[in-house]
Amino acid sequence: MEITPTTVSAAHSSRWLTLRNMATCLTAILAMPLFLIMASLAQPFSNTWQHLSDTLLTEYIINTSLLVFGVGIGTLGLGVSSAWLSALCEFPGRRLLSWALLLPMAMPAYIIAYTYSGIFDSFGILQTLIRSTFGLEYGDYYFPQIRSLGGAICMLSLVLYPYVYLLARVAFAGQSLTTLESSRNLGRGPWNSFFCVSLPLARPAIIAGLSLALMETLADYGAVSYFGVNTFTTGIFRTWQGLGELLTAAQLCAFLLVFVLSLIFLERESRNKLRYYQNFAHAKTKLIPLKKWHAASAIVFLSFPIIMGFLLPATQLLLWAINYWQKVEKADFFHLLLNSITLAIAASVICLVFALFLSFVKRRFGGNRELVQTEVVKLGYAVPGTVIAVGIMLPAGWLDQKINELSVLWIDNSLGLIFSGTLGILLFAYLARFLSISLQVIESGMSTIKPHLDESALSLGASPSHLLSRIHLPILRPSLFTALLLVFVEVLKELPITLILRPFNFNTLAIRTYELASEEQLMDAALPALSIVAIGLVPVLLITRIIIQDKN
Amino acid sequence: MRIITVLNPLVKRTMKSIWIILSFLCIVNSAHGMGYNSNTFVKELNIYSARKEALIKPLLDQFSKNTGTKINLITGTGDSLIARLKSEGIYSPADLLLTVDAGRLYRAQRAGLLQPMISKALNKNIPSHLRSKDDQWFGLSIRARVIVYSRERVTQNQLSTYEALSDPKWLKKICVRSSSNIYNQSLVAGMLTSYGIEFTSAWLEGLVKNFARNPSGGDRDQIKAVAAGECDIALVNSYYLAGMLSSEDPVEVAAASNVALFWPDQNQQGTHINISGVGITKSSSNPDLATNLIIFLTSDESQKWYAQVNNEFPLRDGIELNNILKSWGAFKASQVNVSELGRQNVAAIKAMDRAGWK
Repeated sequence: MEITPTTVSAAHSSRWLTLRNMATCLTAILAMPLFLIMASLAQPFSNTWQHLSDTLLTEYIINTSLLVFGVGIGTLGLGVSSAWLSALCEFPGRRLLSWALLLPMAMPAYIIAYTYSGIFDSFGILQTLIRSTFGLEYGDYYFPQIRSLGGAICMLSLVLYPYVYLLARVAFAGQSLTTLESSRNLGRGPWNSFFCVSLPLARPAIIAGLSLALMETLADYGAVSYFGVNTFTTGIFRTWQGLGELLTAAQLCAFLLVFVLSLIFLERESRNKLRYYQNFAHAKTKLIPLKKWHAASAIVFLSFPIIMGFLLPATQLLLWAINYWQKVEKADFFHLLLNSITLAIAASVICLVFALFLSFVKRRFGGNRELVQTEVVKLGYAVPGTVIAVGIMLPAGWLDQKINELSVLWIDNSLGLIFSGTLGILLFAYLARFLSISLQVIESGMSTIKPHLDESALSLGASPSHLLSRIHLPILRPSLFTALLLVFVEVLKELPITLILRPFNFNTLAIRTYELASEEQLMDAALPALSIVAIGLVPVLLITRIIIQDKN
Repeated sequence: MRIITVLNPLVKRTMKSIWIILSFLCIVNSAHGMGYNSNTFVKELNIYSARKEALIKPLLDQFSKNTGTKINLITGTGDSLIARLKSEGIYSPADLLLTVDAGRLYRAQRAGLLQPMISKALNKNIPSHLRSKDDQWFGLSIRARVIVYSRERVTQNQLSTYEALSDPKWLKKICVRSSSNIYNQSLVAGMLTSYGIEFTSAWLEGLVKNFARNPSGGDRDQIKAVAAGECDIALVNSYYLAGMLSSEDPVEVAAASNVALFWPDQNQQGTHINISGVGITKSSSNPDLATNLIIFLTSDESQKWYAQVNNEFPLRDGIELNNILKSWGAFKASQVNVSELGRQNVAAIKAMDRAGWK
């Protein structure tokens, strides 16, 4: 099934063209930090490269590959299976589990890493209990090191599988059961139908979720550095902050981007020109009822990621937070809450608007230009937040200096910093990093809308805004809320960009958590950490209703 | 079709709320902005601090109360604050840069971001090896890197110097965190300053062989590992041990009570120390007021606060310590100028990389 770009009726062509150019301008501005990173490759390579290739580079490459591979398996395994079970099967507690499966998403990776470390390392509750119960010494028994590559893979999989789950679930729930039933009627077994029909149909969504999870993995610094796992990202930090080589760090980052780009390219090639569209079932789709034992094992299976990714760490945080509650200055804490929530709402709405715009333009034109644009914007998420922040801070600072030089020249007065250290630049940086999320979600939603709908609307004389608001938006409803939810929770957890670009006297929950945790005052960090999780729950509760119940 | 009629007003409302949020942010922004545009009517100081808010704010609040100065604060990591200062150039609103190690101040100085401040009071308050040679930055408190050992498995007379930690008798017995940690870097930089590259490299080779496990976690995790029996000795900053001893978490207290502190190099040049410190930025519009703040931070009153609350050591003798610090006894600290630690930082990291200290 192949689509050709629709020729646009002449009456609207100028309006369409403006849209197209606006999209290109927007991409160009957003891609500035990426451009700076890639431009570093044109600079001479310093002899730090010699040192890196003699010592750490191999380790960076191996660890990063293993980490990405491991987290890929982990998030796919947990995400796809739980999405399919909860979207297409009927068993007691299905609704509760359906939204509870999203809970780990609100848990920042470095927080779960600290918490697990506190429980499972050699002086943790578990090993202390083993030693005291059996009268053993450390080393008499086998216990895996929690702070290790394997541990990092587990931690990241536990908090990142919800991306795959959420997107795959929307896709599975949107699949009309008639398709699946036809497959069964034609003699395919249940497993066969899953692999040959359900999975390929959901593939764009699953890949979108997976690439978000893997990009987040590549960009993670907090968890892997605490676990002592040297990856490309820790290498970028070490090269910049330890060796003081910003340029070499940028070059390292550029290679990371090339790696991501080639992955995206490979996936695209393998999917080739396949497109899947489907009829939206208006009737309530029937779910596959599970019998006793099957239902019980489904419940156990789905509870596992919820317990490990949420209940266990959250309980530990709660135990710590209770002790700390008296010490909190309530007014100060309220400010943190307000700042975090305002930023998260603003960023998620802005990202959604731009994502809709870009994917709409891409859908209507579908040319190479749009394809390149959206792929470039998506890359932002694979870049560590710190790198994005510095990549935006430098040009903003340069611009500020130039403006001030001119203003001194012309009006004999310096205007002060217009961009640097403002909330505007902070939101812009969020956009550069998180637009990828909304874009992936919206695109995967749009890809299931049949092109003939657009054509009918256009042939009836609909304007771009009509097409978007009357046709696309209603169908995209679950995707819109998914995009909002994901970015909201991401910004709530976001640390490096906020840390580097924020204005004076402005703190968020994530910053407070980090400051206390990095001073190794975990008990004190528990309350702000728990608040991040709790606030993240609110949209999860509100929006999963819409996403999950829309189709059922 | 029903869903469309529902959704259209929704879209309109969403657009409206976007505008409201955006304009709200603009207002907040400009209100924020007005605060720190060199307002001459209110005395103000803007601080970029790598020191975490909780560990400096009480002192800054006290200064505000004493002098009526309004203090604006941004915290962050040392290098990102330096990058921010660089990108903002001479228009930067910052007056002071606070860091938690000498290496970052040295780097800021080399980048030409700081201005010298000659002040009799500062010279009196801060020993010369704890500030830069040309008075561009100043130490505020001392942090010592010490050996902690298991009370059960190690006796005090088995320990002597950092150098002796490379002895094969400690094979797979030592815990220490990653070489990305600045305090490990500055310890090695100190060794480089005293003994040179060849000696230090050989020492690192031996030390890395003695690691009980891949370096990971923070300093408190190393102390816990000694308590659990995963290793016998660990290298940590002393205030972490003090923090654990006075913690509200019984697990931390239990771990810390299992270990004892040893002051290395007492018969040599003294225990390795680093500083938390401060410099006045070149862009500062009020260096005199900034100097007054530094004088306040190095006064007896503030130094006592560092020792009592932060468990760090004051710059001078004669300041009252808390009971935990007192219980460790007096110690001889290295007299090497801390700017050497900054100068040798890169060489230290490269030596650690070659030795395989992850």
